[in-house]
Amino acid sequence: MGSQGGFYQSKEFLDLVKSIGEARSKAEEDRIVLNEIETLKRRISEPDIPKRKMKEYIIRLVYIEMLGHDASFGYIHAVKMTHDDSLLVKRTGYLAVTLFLNEDHDLIILIVNTIQKDLKSDNYLVVCAALNAVCKLINEETIPAVLPQVMELLAHPKEAVRKKAIMALHRFYQKSPSSVSHLVSNFRKRLCDNDPGVMGATLCPLFELIARDVNSYKDLVISFVSILKQVAERRLSKAYDYHQMPAPFIQIKLLKILALLGSGDKQASENMYTVVGDIFRKCDSSSNIGNAVLYECICCVSSIYPNPKLLESAADVISRFLKSDSHNLKYMGIDALGRLIKISPEIAEQHQLAVIDCLEDPDDTLKRKTFELLYKMTKSTNVEVIVDRMIDYMISINDNHYKTEIASRCVELAEQFAPSNQWFIQTMNRVFEHAGDLVNIKVAHNLMRLIAEGFGEDDDNADTKLRSSAVESYLRILGEPKLPSVFLQVICWVLGEYGTADGMFSASDITGKLCDVAEAYSNDETVKAYATTALMKIYAFEIAARRKVDMLPECQSLMEELLASHSTDLQQRAYELQAVIGLDAHAVACIMPSDASCEDIEVDRDLSFLNDYIQEAIEKGAQPYIPESERSGMLNISNFRNQDHHEASSHGLRFEAYELPKPAVQSRIPQTLIASTEIVPVPEPMYPRESYQTTMPSIPSDAGSAELKLRLEGVQKKWGRSTYTPATSTSNSTSQKTVNGTSQGDGASTVSSMRETYDSRKPQVEVSHEKQKLAASLFGGSSKTEKSPATGHKAAKASSHVVEKSHVPKSSLEVASEKATPAQQPPDLLDLGEPTATSTALQLDPFKQLEGLLDATEVASAVNGAPAASRSPDIMALYADTAAGIHNKNDADLLSGLSNPSVTNMPGTTAMPQVTQSSSKGPNPKDSLEKDALVRQMGVNPSSQNPNLFKDLLG
Amino acid sequence: MIHFVLLISRQGKVRLTKWYSAYSQKERTKVIRELSGLILTRGPKLCNFVEWRGLRVVYKRYASLYFCMCIDEDDNELEILEIIHHYVEVLDRYFGSVCELDLIYNFHKAYFILDELLIAGELQEPSKRTVARLVAAQDSLVETAKEQTSSITNIIAQAANFTIKMLHKGYGPWGSNALHLESLLLVDVCTRLVDQH
Repeated sequence: MGSQGGFYQSKEFLDLVKSIGEARSKAEEDRIVLNEIETLKRRISEPDIPKRKMKEYIIRLVYIEMLGHDASFGYIHAVKMTHDDSLLVKRTGYLAVTLFLNEDHDLIILIVNTIQKDLKSDNYLVVCAALNAVCKLINEETIPAVLPQVMELLAHPKEAVRKKAIMALHRFYQKSPSSVSHLVSNFRKRLCDNDPGVMGATLCPLFELIARDVNSYKDLVISFVSILKQVAERRLSKAYDYHQMPAPFIQIKLLKILALLGSGDKQASENMYTVVGDIFRKCDSSSNIGNAVLYECICCVSSIYPNPKLLESAADVISRFLKSDSHNLKYMGIDALGRLIKISPEIAEQHQLAVIDCLEDPDDTLKRKTFELLYKMTKSTNVEVIVDRMIDYMISINDNHYKTEIASRCVELAEQFAPSNQWFIQTMNRVFEHAGDLVNIKVAHNLMRLIAEGFGEDDDNADTKLRSSAVESYLRILGEPKLPSVFLQVICWVLGEYGTADGMFSASDITGKLCDVAEAYSNDETVKAYATTALMKIYAFEIAARRKVDMLPECQSLMEELLASHSTDLQQRAYELQAVIGLDAHAVACIMPSDASCEDIEVDRDLSFLNDYIQEAIEKGAQPYIPESERSGMLNISNFRNQDHHEASSHGLRFEAYELPKPAVQSRIPQTLIASTEIVPVPEPMYPRESYQTTMPSIPSDAGSAELKLRLEGVQKKWGRSTYTPATSTSNSTSQKTVNGTSQGDGASTVSSMRETYDSRKPQVEVSHEKQKLAASLFGGSSKTEKSPATGHKAAKASSHVVEKSHVPKSSLEVASEKATPAQQPPDLLDLGEPTATSTALQLDPFKQLEGLLDATEVASAVNGAPAASRSPDIMALYADTAAGIHNKNDADLLSGLSNPSVTNMPGTTAMPQVTQSSSKGPNPKDSLEKDALVRQMGVNPSSQNPNLFKDLLG
Repeated sequence: MIHFVLLISRQGKVRLTKWYSAYSQKERTKVIRELSGLILTRGPKLCNFVEWRGLRVVYKRYASLYFCMCIDEDDNELEILEIIHHYVEVLDRYFGSVCELDLIYNFHKAYFILDELLIAGELQEPSKRTVARLVAAQDSLVETAKEQTSSITNIIAQAANFTIKMLHKGYGPWGSNALHLESLLLVDVCTRLVDQH
């Protein structure tokens, strides 16, 4: 079969696509694909396949891989195809390899040579195709192979090539900053490129560079501001307009950059106020893209040195977002509010009802965003309501990833702002009960430590009460069926440590419960180990208190079982328990002192207590110990044995992992609200027997310590792929979200608490009493700035943390503003006004010429731009009317076949349906005819069961 | 940064996948399954964003096709929504009233266009015209390389079919007059072609 109609593919391929399309089940689809794979495997290895045929095979491979099947048998053919001379074939080859291969694939090495050659080609389309592949395929090790060519291409006469070369360089920088660090000045140069597309592309790498090191780019503030000003004043070519906005994507990128540069820098920020204010005024708030730019403005305003006027504009926009009917805008409004309340906390109050509506919205996304906001505005006055809501929501969802995150947030808030011990313990219990094993084990350790150390420094009474209440609640909870392992560990530890401390419960009560736990969760060795140790503690305390110890029968049988356990750890614990019970009261009191879990254990490193023993041995003629340092050169056979013996003890195999190298450059600005589950960095309480406590996963901290390490900058890596690049720095306040990546989400989340949406949209006349109450409890004290915890507990730790927290942003601002760098006059600044003139002159659009037939309508529509624009306000007014109150659903349906009401916001789509329709099928009607006919030949037609396939995507 | 682009039909069929971050084939399948479960079930009035594994997925439905892009948490969701729309507009311009069927049979074209729009997970070209011009330049090479197989009679037959398609569309829920006009125009073109040959 030769090429056909508009598709250039054989009937075979079209049949394949069609049969897949009509497959009724996944199983049927899989069967078809497997069949196809067999066919291709056979065909593709035949000798002398014509190029066109081969090309089609490769596209078929792409297709089956896209459907999720393995097409790796054909990768090598795709690679071969990139070697072809014909661009047509080569392009398909490159497309296939970029889709098939990740940067670490073994075949990459076979492509590098071709890429090198193609980058030198004099056909710019070949160069473009190669650059596309470079961006996807070149890894750290192959960067040096193509870097020189890519550098040369930065000065290529074609702007498309320059643009792609910039992006390739950006990719290199992301993969291995050190390999291109000497070349970053090129990005600055390209910022002045004549072509706005190239300039726009340059903003991507610059954004990243600035994010990592703000201070070296402060001199560019003026340039960026001036570019933004020119863009906003429509000095760019009309081709960059998007829905009547001048180059919005470039504006957004620039605003992002300005947000970084102005963060905490008063002088730099002052340069930006005017242009940001202008954009606030000019932005078309009725289109989606206009709102995108406005949102970016708010992000910028909340990041740079605060300016009251801009903050006011930002607050206005936020309130418009929140009042909007569109969920998207509400979402953005909530997000923006979260950014702004850090600077002006009082604005949250006026939006309290809107926020509560969002919190109770059936839309899960919106709800989560609102929780994020609440998390940011939690203080001691509203912590109870917020954490309560969070836990309720946590219980209602199935998404493990998010469950973990929200659980850790609950814990964090509870630790910081808990109004009372009682509440704290109860909250933690709920979190553990429902999020259970998703909670970071560290949180459990924290909780144990908190209970052990108590909150007040000198209030022993309160601590005792806290422990008693914990014990009491745990004994009650143990009655529940199925508890998570982590929680059981906490329970066992607390019961062991404090179960009998206050005399409320007898040893036999507690030990009985512990035995029940060990029995009920007999598959969980960790829990069993905790239970055994807890048993040992209880008995030890009994013996130390000189009470008679009666081992319960179930306890005895448990011990018997454990003594014969396959787990050496359990076995050892059981033997230790046995040994402890046999000792006298004094010895036991020394081994297991009561309530001493927080006491430091002094380790006598010199082993001085052995001195007498050694003395005795030497007197009897033993060889004295020679320190390792003095031992070199003593290769005397006679004492080799001795030495060997010593070495065995000091030079055993090291089982612990090597320490991770630390990032070399630390450009991170201290984050203000880092989510840490730790209150203060107190060392873990180490109980001699609790081996589990000490083996907890050590979380690599990135608090860069100046330790010895290899300096690998600029050194090419030979082995392995991953290097430790400098930590991605974040702007100090714009992003402080925490990602808790401990487990991955699985399964869809359920939507809970369905509520009438419309109900919530109604004006605030009929706000339910309940809601008002909620608002009051959430926002009531928001004008108060003092944040100290209500009760005096935790005074030493929690409040100091809080104080630190509330002051960090300010002080960092001050510090940063003090070291504001003097703004230098930038080197000859580009004026985009002039290039525009030339570029419009150059716009002898070849694409248009191709369009042939309908060129006239194209031009006409371009000419009609002005009337269309003038028409749009009417439509907008109409839309505003509907938005104001009349919830006419038909409106939305009429305006578009699209589901999203925000689309109707775009004057471009609503105002000119006729124009787009008449120019539709425009570019190449011939092809359209051909392909449609072909599709019919294939038997697909609109009347069959899939009319949607024929529906225009743009309604 | 955009981590990946997915096009999924309402029935959960994959129409296009483009991965800018590294995902193994196994992960890809898992991602697609998870996301289609998450997105296809969402109601029409809800946000066009979903949180997913600490990232955000921005999606938008066009006819029966969902365009999804996965981004970092601190990216601008509304902007991504417009990038999607931008892509659809470019596709529309290229195919001429693009419909899902165009993308099914010409998925490689859709890939080529996407490659001119996004690169390494970033928007590389905000101008529709530039993208169109580049794709056309590449296609013109394809055109010359292609054998000229289609005879004029073939075209006429296909034109007739096409007219029927347009008429069919005209009867659809849109009921636009423009479509009728266009169909009539095409009928006219067809008859003239038949007259000439």
